[in-house]
Amino acid sequence: MTRPPIPLTRNPRPRLDTTGLVYLALVLLLALSAALVAARGGNLFTTANTVDLFTRSSLLGFLAIGQTLVILCRSLDLSVGYVAALSTVVAATTMAGDPSRVLLGVGATLGVAGLIGLANGLVVTRLRVNPFIATLGMGLVIKGYLDTNFQGPAGSIPAAFQAFGYTRIGVLPVSTLVMLGVALAAVLFLRRTRTGYHMYAVGGDAEVARLSGIRSGVPTVTAHVLCSVTAGVAGLLLAARFGTGSATVYSGGYELEAIAAVVLGGTYLLGGRGGVAGTVAGVLILATLDTVFNVLAVDPFVKDVLRGVIVIAAVAVYARRGHPARRVRFPSGGTAPPGPGPGSRPGPDPSPESDPDPETGPAPQPLGGLR
Amino acid sequence: MTPNPTQDVRGTGDSGGSRRSGAPTALAALGRGGTATVALLLALIFVVIATQNPSFFEGPPLMSFAKKAAPLVILAIGQYLVIVSGEFDLSVGSLVGAQVVIAARLIDGQEAMTLPVIGLMMVFGLVVGLVNGLVTTLLRVPSIITTLGTMLILFGAVRYWTGGAPTGALSESFRVPGRHGIEGVPFLGELPWALVIALVLAVGAVFLMRSPFGRSLVATGDNDVAAAFSGVRVWRVRTMAFVGSSLMATVAAILIGGYAGVTAQVGDGLEFTAITAVVLGGVVLGGGRGTVVAAVLGALTVEALFTLFNQLYLPSTIQPSVQGLIIIAAVAYAARRGDLRLPERLRRRPAHPTERSLGTSRR
Repeated sequence: MTRPPIPLTRNPRPRLDTTGLVYLALVLLLALSAALVAARGGNLFTTANTVDLFTRSSLLGFLAIGQTLVILCRSLDLSVGYVAALSTVVAATTMAGDPSRVLLGVGATLGVAGLIGLANGLVVTRLRVNPFIATLGMGLVIKGYLDTNFQGPAGSIPAAFQAFGYTRIGVLPVSTLVMLGVALAAVLFLRRTRTGYHMYAVGGDAEVARLSGIRSGVPTVTAHVLCSVTAGVAGLLLAARFGTGSATVYSGGYELEAIAAVVLGGTYLLGGRGGVAGTVAGVLILATLDTVFNVLAVDPFVKDVLRGVIVIAAVAVYARRGHPARRVRFPSGGTAPPGPGPGSRPGPDPSPESDPDPETGPAPQPLGGLR
Repeated sequence: MTPNPTQDVRGTGDSGGSRRSGAPTALAALGRGGTATVALLLALIFVVIATQNPSFFEGPPLMSFAKKAAPLVILAIGQYLVIVSGEFDLSVGSLVGAQVVIAARLIDGQEAMTLPVIGLMMVFGLVVGLVNGLVTTLLRVPSIITTLGTMLILFGAVRYWTGGAPTGALSESFRVPGRHGIEGVPFLGELPWALVIALVLAVGAVFLMRSPFGRSLVATGDNDVAAAFSGVRVWRVRTMAFVGSSLMATVAAILIGGYAGVTAQVGDGLEFTAITAVVLGGVVLGGGRGTVVAAVLGALTVEALFTLFNQLYLPSTIQPSVQGLIIIAAVAYAARRGDLRLPERLRRRPAHPTERSLGTSRR
């Protein structure tokens, strides 16, 4: 985006990196799906289908973008589904059908979500609770609160805000545009801010990051807060679509689907490598699958089976490719070479290698001293 | 044969002994690390239960508690094998559900079909475990994704096969292990088969963890590169752990199916409960630390907690909140203790810069 495009010829042997691979997979999947649908005498790219595809991707997109930040820090957030459910309730009860309270409702929702993220982050970093357990526990706490206090639909969303769920420009729903905007902001955040770089550093190796002068708690807490806030936005979107607060949306299994989208997008589950651009492609792949299954009227249970197979297969393909790159980065197998490494110091940090913009082409930035 | 930290060896041996001999050794174990936190927590919960309901420890109520807790104990043993080797198994909940539904559909009320179908379930469990293990180790897919995929596949496939709702019925003899027991035992009344099975499996697991295989498993979880250099075939050991987990889930499915019958929701969320139980026992996610006995105690603690909630007449909806808070608190407490032990570990292996890492460390 802001970096000048690098000509492909600069790399002697242009090798597609993971993000490029994900977008290639997306294009192939779209082509294959279009052919499959056409063979059945249909058309994948009708307005209805395209809108359906984008609508599906916006909700998962919000959740997956936040999840990407958390996973980059070598953490995990299993509470996002519950945070989204809580957000629908907070939004709907705060707005209470009054158009003048929309801003207040949005603020309250994002505030509550942010506080939950802060709690998650502090429990993970200060109390050193494994993120899997910390966020699972937080999810259970929220679930208990929701189940106890909200049996049915709660509150109501004014029509003015319901527009967020339904309005579209051409075939692009507004919610998808907002999602893409958030994705762009996240990409810039990761590649243009100090905290963004620190996230990669902490995710790569928290101890090395700490020895390099990074307060390793800060990026992780920030990631958790941002993740919960994006989950809050997802909740706002759900509330706008339903027109009311629905506490039971947590049963949708969003957290696992978001993690699948992140990993499908090429982000390394153990942190330090990957990026939001890949995640967006991962989200679009899952949304495309859903849309195609819908168009082809695949049995919903078979859909689950196919999704499981595809996610495993895709990650297996990345795992096969990812290995050599790892070896090259740390040739001595443990002690990092004394050159400038990601996150060694603020300043002109080398960019994380596996996260180039889709627009600037797939050639990775050479890493000084490390390659 | 493997570079197994002496600490772990000691931990497994001691707790293995304390399990069978009773109070004095158990009290001694409280003084040390490992199982101490969870044993204390379990004792605390039992005390609170006893003050609420003094008759709880009078044989029959205790046995019915054991009957209810047995499946989770068995699942926790299986999950322990996977977690201590540095992986996750999220598929056990779906596998339990799938197995119960398969049993109901194939047995369909015929007594003669019981044993063949149980055999088939074991084979199915074996296959699922093999797939989980081989995809994780040979294709290098992170286990959280592998088993998440298996979970989706099992969930969808079984529902597709039965058309959405489980059909058929379990035979009476299939339900014996989960429901009935040895009658006429003095003091206890009825000794549930479920308790016997869980005890046998727990003792077997303790011995397994003291065998060369168990040592290799822990070494693999602690540092798979070092284990590989010491001659452990990491992929084989981890695959065996997944197979063990799936077989345990199959046994748990037989007990749960027998105890509670067939519904579409059987097994929902069990994977998280099992992981919670294991982690509550102080077993570290990421592998290499913790004992089977601690995992078993963790499972008992979770089950005791549920019993306590019932006795306190907590609305069932608030139970997840309390459960969540207790897990976080217990793990935070265990992490604090781990902090104190850290210098010792660093002194032992000073040349390992990645010793302390956030979260899991596996390849």
